Amino acid sequence: MSTEARKPPPQIALKIRRVLGGKTGWNGIAVQFAFAAILGWIAYEIVSNARANLENQHIAAGFGFLGNNAGFDVNQTLISYTGSDTFLRVFVVGLLNTLVVSVVGIVFATVIGFIVALCRLSPNWLLSRVGEIYVEIIRNLPVLFQILFWYLAVLAALPNPRQSISLLGLAFVSNRGLVIPRPIGESGFEAFLVVLALGIVASLALRIYARRALFQRGQVIRIWPYVLGLLVGLPLVMVLVSGPPFTFELPQLKGFNFAGGSRIIPEFVALTLALSTYTAAFIAEIVRAGILSVHSGQMEAGSSLGLSRGTTLRLIVVPQAMRVIVPPLTNQYLNLTKNSSLAVAIGYPDLVSVFAGTSLSQTGQAIEIIAMTMGVYLLISLITSAVMSVYGWRLSRSLGA
Amino acid sequence: MSDIASSSFVRQDLLNERPAPVKTTGFIGLVRTRLFNSPTNILLTIVGALLLWFTIIPAVKFLMVDAVWTGKDRTACLAENAGFAVGACWPYIQAKLPQLIYGFYPEAERWRVNLTLVLAVVLLLPLLIPRLPSKGLNAGLFFFAFPVVAFFLLHGGGITGFGLSWTAGLLQLFDDSIIGAGQALLTSSKSSAFAPLLWVVGNFIVLVGSAIYWLIFPLTWLRDQFQGTGQSVWTDFAITAAIVSLIAFFLGGGVRTGGRALTSSLVTFVAIAIVIKLMGLDHGGLPIVTTNLWGGLLVTLVVSVTGIVTSLPIGIALALGRRSTIPLIRIFSIAFIEFWRGVPLITVLFFATYMLPLFLPGNFTVDGLVRALIGIALFTGAYQAENVRGGLAAIPRGQGEAAAALGLSWWKTTSLIVLPQALRHVIPNLVNSFISLFKDTSLVSIVALFDLLGSLRASFSDPKWSSPSTAFTGFAFAGIIYFLFCFGMSRYSLFVEYRLNAHRRN
Repeated sequence: MSTEARKPPPQIALKIRRVLGGKTGWNGIAVQFAFAAILGWIAYEIVSNARANLENQHIAAGFGFLGNNAGFDVNQTLISYTGSDTFLRVFVVGLLNTLVVSVVGIVFATVIGFIVALCRLSPNWLLSRVGEIYVEIIRNLPVLFQILFWYLAVLAALPNPRQSISLLGLAFVSNRGLVIPRPIGESGFEAFLVVLALGIVASLALRIYARRALFQRGQVIRIWPYVLGLLVGLPLVMVLVSGPPFTFELPQLKGFNFAGGSRIIPEFVALTLALSTYTAAFIAEIVRAGILSVHSGQMEAGSSLGLSRGTTLRLIVVPQAMRVIVPPLTNQYLNLTKNSSLAVAIGYPDLVSVFAGTSLSQTGQAIEIIAMTMGVYLLISLITSAVMSVYGWRLSRSLGA
Repeated sequence: MSDIASSSFVRQDLLNERPAPVKTTGFIGLVRTRLFNSPTNILLTIVGALLLWFTIIPAVKFLMVDAVWTGKDRTACLAENAGFAVGACWPYIQAKLPQLIYGFYPEAERWRVNLTLVLAVVLLLPLLIPRLPSKGLNAGLFFFAFPVVAFFLLHGGGITGFGLSWTAGLLQLFDDSIIGAGQALLTSSKSSAFAPLLWVVGNFIVLVGSAIYWLIFPLTWLRDQFQGTGQSVWTDFAITAAIVSLIAFFLGGGVRTGGRALTSSLVTFVAIAIVIKLMGLDHGGLPIVTTNLWGGLLVTLVVSVTGIVTSLPIGIALALGRRSTIPLIRIFSIAFIEFWRGVPLITVLFFATYMLPLFLPGNFTVDGLVRALIGIALFTGAYQAENVRGGLAAIPRGQGEAAAALGLSWWKTTSLIVLPQALRHVIPNLVNSFISLFKDTSLVSIVALFDLLGSLRASFSDPKWSSPSTAFTGFAFAGIIYFLFCFGMSRYSLFVEYRLNAHRRN
């Protein structure tokens, strides 16, 4: 006589109810229907109103305008662009300008932020107070205020190009921006780049090999002399063999302006300065909180194992602090990218300024242009948050193991 | 025993005093232990002192020592007239102060702005001091009554109806739209592949619309009865008061326990009547000042207070929606929150300025300030939703389960048990959001509204005051105002955090 357990009764209706209506069941489904009806009604209102309004203003809906000629100039372009190019190209130019100012801003913000965090954590009383004052002042002023301050007050107060401030005779600061030497590629440039890339790849491979040796066999391999040789020595040999890969064209003052060199427009300088100093204050607080979050016993344990202070910091404190630091740090990078849209206030030609500003006022295609602009930022932040959730998943896996 | 005593040594005379230990407290101690205790530290101290020297001294010199304090126009602030390198040009601020605070608000009406500010402070201060009683009444006044009063004070104008006619008008608008949608479907069904389906749905929608029409017919009929009479506001007011009080009475428990609800409803309506009478809303109210005349600190404060007041309910609703088990509502909340959090505020303002008017009916124009306010409310609401969600997640499950065991419904569990605790948990985060909101209000200057920063920028172009130090002076002044507000709020948030964590300290 078998005593197998009876099969549970099929609860298809219950399961469907649960999937469709959540814990509240049929009530939930009714609520959803009402909600969907309201959403549908709002969508209908929006579409019908937009259609009627566009008809009144004689604007053709759709993305056809992207192929039209833009007919205006942009004062900083990374790819070739003239007034007779299309609006699509304006979009790309603006997007590239946004990315450039974000990347440069992120680099500077990270550097300044870590320095200020170190100041705040320093045992020196005066230096930690200086860091605190910096953070408090910067964090409590609007970022737009700071951008305008740098642009309208500080940069405008700089002398004109003829009396510009010279930095070692290489770069010149004036109210027309920053002029720096421009690198010009010579014949061996491509080969130089290839060798440099090879060196980087080889040193990364060496590092992976050394770590595997350390973790699997406990064998310590000293790799830094090889890495140094790969990264510095190899390109140096290349330079000796085939001559310098590029030369610098120095800016020269001619008449009222500079000839030669590359000019960085003042809007870029002001925006980068403001964004990096502003975000640095937040990064400093994040880094400080991260390092303070590591229990002091970790440091003591490290020194009781005979590690030096630097080694303890590098191998024990920083890896643990990084877990706390990285997610909010990424958030700040994202904030900086979003704040770079304030460029529109000072006329730096970023995405919002040239596309949602100038192009919008020329074509009147508000819906398409603003949707595209919002879509770009949304895409950037969604990608970032996807990467961050992968990071969080890996972190929780490594902590669980 | 005796040999131990003989071999032991007992000192006969007192030891000399040892030198006092090195002081490690007080100013001297601080200098010794944290400034000059090692060569590296001495170097760092020198670096810090140099940094301060090169920032504080020029700042003080600019703001106080080299400043010009009186003058009629720019000539007072030029180096050749003053005889020294001029620092801050304070007469410029003095001349522009009304513009920086009120914008172009008419001079004769500025008392209204001042009165609104005083009202705000009187209502807000007791709300911020935890020891004072009756927080509920205070919060109700600040979050519901004050915005309405402030609107009629700042904007002016009166009312032609009250609750009844507003409700009737709103419902009628809604109904018209539904019938319109149904008829649009019916007309499109003639030339469509899904003709029968569209016809059925369209007829159904029209049917629903006409059902609503007959449902609200008593309301619209009542409204039409007193619409022509001169006393329409007061008639409407009396009817609304009666209906709402009756509903409150019956919902409050009828004869047994409804007295309390009835009294509070009546008191509220008496208060509303007094306000209407005092401000003369029933016959036109105060003269209208259109929002394009508003400016300066007034706009900054209006935008931030409206953002604070409107973003919190939006945030709570979205946070509850995101935790809901009903799929559609959860998905909608997540998408809504992530969308607004993923885009920069400036694109939201562009959206509100250029795109929103296209979404509204053609005869329906929205004021520029209101458009910006809508954008900011949605944007901040999404951020507040994440804050509130953090608070909701911090409430132990047992709280909700205990409430369910007591037989409370979802609404009562949420509003009486979970939300009060959750919100209390996240007050510091909410205040931090308000700080960023206050800073972000400066962005409205990009969409042609003259807030503090916008007015400041506009004042730079005045040739009467253009001098080399004008821009620096203006930024110094606006910076001090922004700093005071933000720093004050951040200290308050720290104070609340300290209070909330009282049980964790020992």
